Amino acid sequence: MQTSGQSTTAPGRGALANAPREPLPQLPVVDPVTPGELVELYRLMTAVRHLDRAAISWQRQGIIPAYAPELGQEAAQVGSALAVDTRRDFVFPTYRELGVARACGVDMVEYMATHKATWHGGLWDPAAAHVAPIQAVVAGSVLHAVGWAHGQTLEARGELPEDGYNVAITYLGDGASSQGDVHEAMNFAAVFKAPVVFFVQNNGWAISVPTEKQVAGGSVSARGAGYGIPALKVDGNDPAAVLTATRRAVAHARAGHGPVLVEAMTYRRGPHATSDDPGRYRTLEEERADAGADPIGRLRERILAEGAADTAALDAAEAAAAAEAEQVREGVLALGPRPGAEMFDLVFQETTDELERQKANWQEETESRKESEDA
Amino acid sequence: MPDTLTTPDAGTTEATTAPLELSLQGALNLALDEILAENPKALVLGEDVGTLGGVFRVTSGLAAKHGSERVFDTPLAESGILGMSIGLAMAGFHPIPEVQFDGFAYPAVNQIVCQLARMNYRSRGTLPMPVTLRVPSFGGIRAPEHHGESLEALFAHVPGLKVVSPSDPQQGYSLLRAAARMADPVIFMEPKSRYWQKGQVTPEGGAPSSKLSGARIARPGRHLTLVAWGAMVARCLQVAELAAEDGIDVEVLDLRWLKPIDGDALAASVGKTRRAVVVHEAPRTSGLGAEVAQVITERCFGTLKAPVERVTGFDVPYPSGDLEDEYIPNIDRILFGIQRVLEYKRG
Ligand SMILES: Cc1ncc(C[n+]2csc(CCOP(=O)(O)OP(=O)(O)O)c2C)c(N)n1
Ligand SMILES: [Mg+2]
Repeated sequence: MQTSGQSTTAPGRGALANAPREPLPQLPVVDPVTPGELVELYRLMTAVRHLDRAAISWQRQGIIPAYAPELGQEAAQVGSALAVDTRRDFVFPTYRELGVARACGVDMVEYMATHKATWHGGLWDPAAAHVAPIQAVVAGSVLHAVGWAHGQTLEARGELPEDGYNVAITYLGDGASSQGDVHEAMNFAAVFKAPVVFFVQNNGWAISVPTEKQVAGGSVSARGAGYGIPALKVDGNDPAAVLTATRRAVAHARAGHGPVLVEAMTYRRGPHATSDDPGRYRTLEEERADAGADPIGRLRERILAEGAADTAALDAAEAAAAAEAEQVREGVLALGPRPGAEMFDLVFQETTDELERQKANWQEETESRKESEDA
Repeated sequence: MPDTLTTPDAGTTEATTAPLELSLQGALNLALDEILAENPKALVLGEDVGTLGGVFRVTSGLAAKHGSERVFDTPLAESGILGMSIGLAMAGFHPIPEVQFDGFAYPAVNQIVCQLARMNYRSRGTLPMPVTLRVPSFGGIRAPEHHGESLEALFAHVPGLKVVSPSDPQQGYSLLRAAARMADPVIFMEPKSRYWQKGQVTPEGGAPSSKLSGARIARPGRHLTLVAWGAMVARCLQVAELAAEDGIDVEVLDLRWLKPIDGDALAASVGKTRRAVVVHEAPRTSGLGAEVAQVITERCFGTLKAPVERVTGFDVPYPSGDLEDEYIPNIDRILFGIQRVLEYKRG
């Protein structure tokens, strides 16, 4: 470093130019995934696969107007979700986290309500479920997770509770990683040492744009170092690896050591959404080559090879998943529109006279329209 | 929130404590101090709000008194400040974020409009957003670019937000106390050109007022109603004094809440005076003055003697200090507006 001509004994902050960077903290080691957990992962991933496939056909049948499939991301979603405890932790999903929501116990009809165009965000109670409403703004809730996580630190008044901090986990995609909010969130999280896990599903695509044209440097997790955030890059199609990585991340945050970044390398095997036409930007051969082995098939082989369960048990999981999808279908079909008054009633906690007037006017006009239709 | 209450006096609370002589900045500081003392879930966050006490010193001394966990500096990122506040509200806190200057609310618009304003709705009322966003607002201090903006029409247009602007120290104190008790997001627009103006402030002394919704009559009059908010209220009061010398008795209505707008107060005032001029600093086109004029027209069409007049900023980017006195409605322009309304002839 160049210094001014004057020699000085106290070079001030300039001296920091060559100060060594603090090494990134080591993440804790966790117990290996048990055979029982492998089977649980399989059960959930299969349920998610069936629901996801079913949702596509519901869209084709006109039951729901649109859907964003998670096909191929079951391992990343279920594996990561099983690492958090929604009795205390809080999950911030995007619009593609069917697998996360299912693994966190969100009611699947209430989840599908967002795709049925019943209510933006879904119908479940996010405050009770500790799963935030579906977020349709790319990277929209990443900062919310940081705020919620910092709230846990404040709640604890700087004293690490005996059972550690409650942890926020926020989901984002490779495309979302380009958003300025993600930079702000990671920087804030590191500055405040917030107990938050940034879980990136790098599925190779943001609609039609491949990761190579999205992520400078080729890796989202590499950015962690710049914030002093430890980061893990994991095979996102190996649910046990994802579960282990996310558990380590959660344990680190829980212990008060601050945020962790996990990048799960996976693949969006389906279209971006039911309205998308992937043929315009990738060929079937490319898809086949890039997708790799199906995560559910891989897990099945491993379970059978390790003797964690037998074929009959796995087939039973399959059958249960099919039955569940059918049940959810019936629930979705039965979902009627919400009462129009909710449009007005749910805007504020304390409504306004103007909104009440608009509601009364809407009600009056609706009534008189119905009357003239009936006449 | 009922918007029917119009208090004739500036005092909005029962006097349980002796009045204090305070600047608007001091009154806001007192309000924040009391809010932090009263509500353990209240937090103050933003750029330089901690050690420095904010660039306008509105948060001065609060970190030392209430702890640097509850009054804290954030990194310099407005979207981050708002997004974090949303998460804190989800965790049960009542954040009171500050955006340092009006023009820098723009980087946070996505979080304000698409997230803060909608979270209660999206979550079907299960994740309320008691967030009070303080924004030093409006012009008049010869500040650099982006430090003199009037964003009320933008915020008032967004479903899910409430918007309020105080005009003097008492209003600043009382309205901030009121906003910080609300379970919904409130954009609190502080007229920065009035920060150092002093006035009498009667603290609540533990007795919250119920009369803080809606507009208030800052000066009663018979011939014409001037509708204003923020720094324009004081200017309209000056104008009213000058008009009185010519025998024109002007009523000044301090709108206070820019959303919801107090239609009853507007109707009561203009129903009596039959003439109205709306004054605001923001550009004219699609400014809040148009909304106010429409509310008056709907409610008072039969009695109006002239169309509602607007005296506003121009449809130009906020100018440099040398020209801001031309841009912000000045006394003469407001008097011309009054004259046009008084001299209006039908047909
Ligand atoms: C702020 C914002 N810009 C654009 C969109 C439209 N959009 C929806 S999803 C998407 C791609 C997101 O890609 P990625 O973050 O990788 O998530 P993925 O869809 O692969 O799960 C885009 C551009 C949006 N929802 N929000
Ligand atoms: Mg993607």
